[in-house]
Amino acid sequence: MSTRAARAGRYATLSLVLVVMLGPIVWQFLTSLRGRTENVYDGVLPSRPTLDNYVRVAESFPMLQYTGNTLVVAALAVTSNLAFGSMAGYALSRTGWKGRRSVFTVLVATLMFPFESVMISMFLTVRGMGLVDTLVGVWLPGAVSVLNIMVMRAAFLAVPREIEEAALLDGAGEWTRFTRVFLPSAKGALAVVCITSFMGAWDDFLWPLLVLTDSEHYTLQLGLKTLAGATTVNDQRIIAAGAMAALIPMMLLFFALQRFFFKGVGEGAVKL
Amino acid sequence: MTAAPGPAAAGFHDRPPGPARWAPYLFLAPGLLLVLVFSIWPFLNTVILSFTDAQILRAGRFTGFANYRRAFADPDFWLATGNSVLYLLVVVPCLVLLPLALAVLVRTKIPGIGFFRSAFYTPVIASAVVVGLMWQWVLRSDGLVNTVLRALRVVSEPVPFLTDSTMLLVSAMVVTVWKGLGYYMVFYLAALGNVPVSLYEAAALDGAGAVRRFFSVTVPQVKPMMLLVGTLSAISALRVFTEIYILGGESGGPGGGARTLPFLIRQVGLGFSGETGYASAVSLLLFLLTLVFSLLGRRLSRGDES
Repeated sequence: MSTRAARAGRYATLSLVLVVMLGPIVWQFLTSLRGRTENVYDGVLPSRPTLDNYVRVAESFPMLQYTGNTLVVAALAVTSNLAFGSMAGYALSRTGWKGRRSVFTVLVATLMFPFESVMISMFLTVRGMGLVDTLVGVWLPGAVSVLNIMVMRAAFLAVPREIEEAALLDGAGEWTRFTRVFLPSAKGALAVVCITSFMGAWDDFLWPLLVLTDSEHYTLQLGLKTLAGATTVNDQRIIAAGAMAALIPMMLLFFALQRFFFKGVGEGAVKL
Repeated sequence: MTAAPGPAAAGFHDRPPGPARWAPYLFLAPGLLLVLVFSIWPFLNTVILSFTDAQILRAGRFTGFANYRRAFADPDFWLATGNSVLYLLVVVPCLVLLPLALAVLVRTKIPGIGFFRSAFYTPVIASAVVVGLMWQWVLRSDGLVNTVLRALRVVSEPVPFLTDSTMLLVSAMVVTVWKGLGYYMVFYLAALGNVPVSLYEAAALDGAGAVRRFFSVTVPQVKPMMLLVGTLSAISALRVFTEIYILGGESGGPGGGARTLPFLIRQVGLGFSGETGYASAVSLLLFLLTLVFSLLGRRLSRGDES
């Protein structure tokens, strides 16, 4: 009996927290479904839900173009992080070469300085390369993250010896061993790198804000800022639709690949 | 030649000699080059620039500690530092304790718990801009909270959550905590999974109730994780920018009163009259502040081990 009461109490607490955690998201979602003429505070649920606002936000703002720009940066970031992150992680997971320890120390040291404390110099470097106001300039500084290198290194260190020895007997060279033995054994870590670099590119705001000036090149997050600041569109329904359109793909990705998300957080924690 | 693979098959050295000796460096090259150009060089350059009067459109001359002296006499610098440190002091305790409570709450195996766990993680998925827009719509003068408060006649005038510098800072803190809860909850879930069940059984045998068990078993066992979460959340609190930018606008609240250090760095360092030298000095001071808190966290966890 008391366990039943305890369970009811637990569900009550969970539901209360749920309201706080999802409340702002649900409220934004409901607002995005309100009709043009309906007052946003007319009851909790929209009387006649409509997708009209999603059409309007795409019509009055180049949301598709912003999304396209973001996808370009994200695709580059995912590819480069997978390739360079796993290669560097592989080298660091192997022993028997000079400078291994100092490279490792230097890489870990870079985790100490926050992006915000080097962003001005980073901007000057990118400007020196003539990459200001380009998507390449948005991508390049994040082309390989040290955290991803560390995640891959940890995954390669965990590959059982026996698998590699079998490959050695077959006379496989270094590159073959890397691509045929190690990469397939680290699929989980590759998925983590894939997801974190995609999310990083999708969500980033401050760096694109520094690099991009022409609104043609804006990423989705910068586009959302314009949307919120625009005096021409003073309609919360449209802003809400824009925000939801940026959030929903991430939520779908999250629910489809949940275990990798949680794994990524765990592995990041071990590394720091 | 019959080359039998040695037992130490983890090294680069046990392959046939020749050009493959370069293998580790070739594997490392692209990644290391990027880190050198976009991480290590910018850091060194920040140090160098901080001792010059460089501006965005002209190279600087060496000016010694002038930028640092200027920072210490600059009311904007102290305002931003004060805001950043205040942010940290409020947000860190919340993000150390609340996610732990949340993790304990979602650890029980009851039907539907997976849904709650995922739902609590949802704010982590949302970008800072999206989160900012959502909370703006909740906290605006015509937003949800003010509308409800006025309907209930709790207040007659809308509460200036976003238009008063102090309240804006507090609102941004709420948003940061809200977005961080699910993230650090996962850290604690991992730590709680490593607590031996026998400890709880022993405590229960001694007649300890749920609350006693939490404080005498759970808290000591997850203490190292609390220190890690404290350090990580302190560092990210010093980096806050987007929440305030979206909630309070480009100027950082009325009169720039809610500006944090990253806000100040961007404002001072960029634009047509950007003072990259001075901004670099402020950047380096932000870095030192971050360093102090990460060393503090490390010190505390060392003391804990011994």
